[in-house]
Amino acid sequence: MSARNYLTEDTRLRSWFFTTDHKRVAILYFAGITFFFFIGGAAATLIRLELLTPQGDLVTSDVYNRLFTLHGVIMVWFFLIPSIPNTLGNFVVPLMIGARDLAFPRLNLTSWYLFMIGGLITLYAVFVGGIDTGWTFYTPFSTMYSNGHVVVAVVGVFIAGFSSILTGLNFIVTIHRMRAPGLTWHRLPLFLWSLYATSVILVLATPVLAMTLLLLGLERFFGVGIFDPKIGGDPLLFQHLFWFYSHPAVYIMILPGMGIVSELIACFSRKAVFGYKFVAWASLSIAAFGFFVWGHHMFVSGQSVFAGLVFSFMSFVVAVPSAIKVFNWTATMHKGWIRFDAPMLYALGFLGLFTIGGLTGLFLACLAYDVYVTDTYFVVAHFHYIMVGGAVTAYFGGLHYWWPKITGRLYPEYWARAAAILIFFGFNMTFFPQFILGTLGMPRRYHVYPADLQVWNVLSSAGASVLAVAYALPLFYLGWSLFFGAKAPTNPWGATGLEWQTPSPPPVHNFAVTPKVIRDPYTYRPDGTEQPQNA
Amino acid sequence: MPEPAPAFQYATLSQQHGAARLGMWTFLATEVLFFGGVLLAYVVYRYGYPSAFAEAARHTHIAIGAANTAILLTSSFLVAWGVEAAKQGFGRFAALLLWSAAASGLLFMALKGYEYRLELSESLFPDDGFAITGSVAGGARLFFVFYFIATALHALHVAIGIVVLAAIGARARGGAYSAAYYAPLTVAGLYWHFVDMVWIFLFALIYLPGRA
Repeated sequence: MSARNYLTEDTRLRSWFFTTDHKRVAILYFAGITFFFFIGGAAATLIRLELLTPQGDLVTSDVYNRLFTLHGVIMVWFFLIPSIPNTLGNFVVPLMIGARDLAFPRLNLTSWYLFMIGGLITLYAVFVGGIDTGWTFYTPFSTMYSNGHVVVAVVGVFIAGFSSILTGLNFIVTIHRMRAPGLTWHRLPLFLWSLYATSVILVLATPVLAMTLLLLGLERFFGVGIFDPKIGGDPLLFQHLFWFYSHPAVYIMILPGMGIVSELIACFSRKAVFGYKFVAWASLSIAAFGFFVWGHHMFVSGQSVFAGLVFSFMSFVVAVPSAIKVFNWTATMHKGWIRFDAPMLYALGFLGLFTIGGLTGLFLACLAYDVYVTDTYFVVAHFHYIMVGGAVTAYFGGLHYWWPKITGRLYPEYWARAAAILIFFGFNMTFFPQFILGTLGMPRRYHVYPADLQVWNVLSSAGASVLAVAYALPLFYLGWSLFFGAKAPTNPWGATGLEWQTPSPPPVHNFAVTPKVIRDPYTYRPDGTEQPQNA
Repeated sequence: MPEPAPAFQYATLSQQHGAARLGMWTFLATEVLFFGGVLLAYVVYRYGYPSAFAEAARHTHIAIGAANTAILLTSSFLVAWGVEAAKQGFGRFAALLLWSAAASGLLFMALKGYEYRLELSESLFPDDGFAITGSVAGGARLFFVFYFIATALHALHVAIGIVVLAAIGARARGGAYSAAYYAPLTVAGLYWHFVDMVWIFLFALIYLPGRA
């Protein structure tokens, strides 16, 4: 290492655990979420193994309940929600806006500790016996009948919620107040627009989850019966409160992914994003409309028909800004100088998988069709296309794209492309059969099923093994590149953002001189060379 | 007095103040949605069981509730005054005002604790030994569930506020704030006023039903 950077400035262990540098906090988050990703993945592996055969021969139904609950709780709250914002977002937000750090660096570190404490408490609940409610904790099962460790798990998720809120708050204030001179709102890279929209949801939806879980925990702990029909309580109220958070939470997972894809497609097509302002405002419209669609999780739960109609309509409306994005990304590539580097392969994978996930979302927004496939594998396939095919693919795309900036090393391109392609095929092989299983009527959350559904389940499990290998690959070649990868130049991709105008890896306070922004993002000359935002 | 330097991540002190203020407003938005959850649940049940909620509310101690409302409103006034005083350089006087506000918070907590004790002795805790029986028993129990949860959460916020006010009072006394540097005061003041506002909503929802 020639110049001193944020990694070499102080190498003692305590300098990591007491750091307030957003780049180091991002690395701490990387470690945390990778750990949780493989725990959640292990549960998924056992689920797919069990479903190889129609009989319940690997685990008991009780253990199976605990497995899918573990998978859901860990993957939703301890991987997907923090994945892009808290790792890549934490790392690049200040760099992209030309700031020395986030607005509240100590709060940022606090947020990581809350996340880890929440995660470890939840894991403790798993190790002392697990939770069997599903990640949705529906009452009255969770409060009165479940014999799992609901209260402990709920405390863990509750604490992690505050980590989300603090991160959202930090991003909102940072993007409002810390932009470099000349960086107006409509010059912000689209990743920042999507993170801003995400943060608004984090700040406004997460507290409702916190309150819901608090009520749930208190009811179970004190036996006071908040949602207990015996004394007049309403279990549906729990579902309303839960989905008021948990549907917007889907947008917390996918919006940052959309932001990354905007960056990748512009950079690897050497063109400005088509309809920049539409894509930017689409993020905010998704965040806004996303607050008014939660009832589509409850079409068969007993809410009124009128409510069902309104929520169905709103669910179609929220698809419009998502579609705008997909069309604009496609138009961006039109007549571009497309390069198929690994990040771009991930972005293209996202485009295909998110489109399938989004369109099947419209199936589910139809009242009549939703009744038919409620609680079947169709729903499971749909949301995995969004959350795994969409969000996780985008996460890997962003990870590869910013890897040279984060670590100062180039990863092996050949392996990265292989993994990207393998993920795409493994994913489709795992989850497409589940659409078919769903339409054939296979319910979710059962570990025993009729023998004539086995062929699709075997196909899905086989795909899952491909996917497992593909997800493990980056761990090896990215790990290898940390020690043996070639040194990364400042701007390996020829991108235009401010984060590429400071050395890789960046110095402690990011920029020697605060950059002055003079042009829009994604400005490329006709010959495909880049024009950085500040020069 | 020389103007203090901004923290390393800010270019100017006014940028830092702006960030602190926006941060607190954003946090308060979170808090609105947090309390919003429990208030919504309360409103849903009150709509479903109007007579039970009215009956249950008549068992609350409105004299204590009214006194506590007056105490909190006064404390908010003291905080607003204290913030202005500290900005204008009257550090010792500001400390007196902020500490008086903190003391009002303590008085509020003491009265609230006394009220809880009365209610427990009247078997109003919503478990199986609940005092109100008959057709309104279930709804009345729900009322007291929300009464205890909402007021306990509010009291937790008051407790945090007391510590914050005591701390910034001490710093104001040491002359830490001036017309150039006062962001912690504004932010703490915003928080305290918010806690006060939550109580105003709680007062109306808890003590007034069934008493018109």
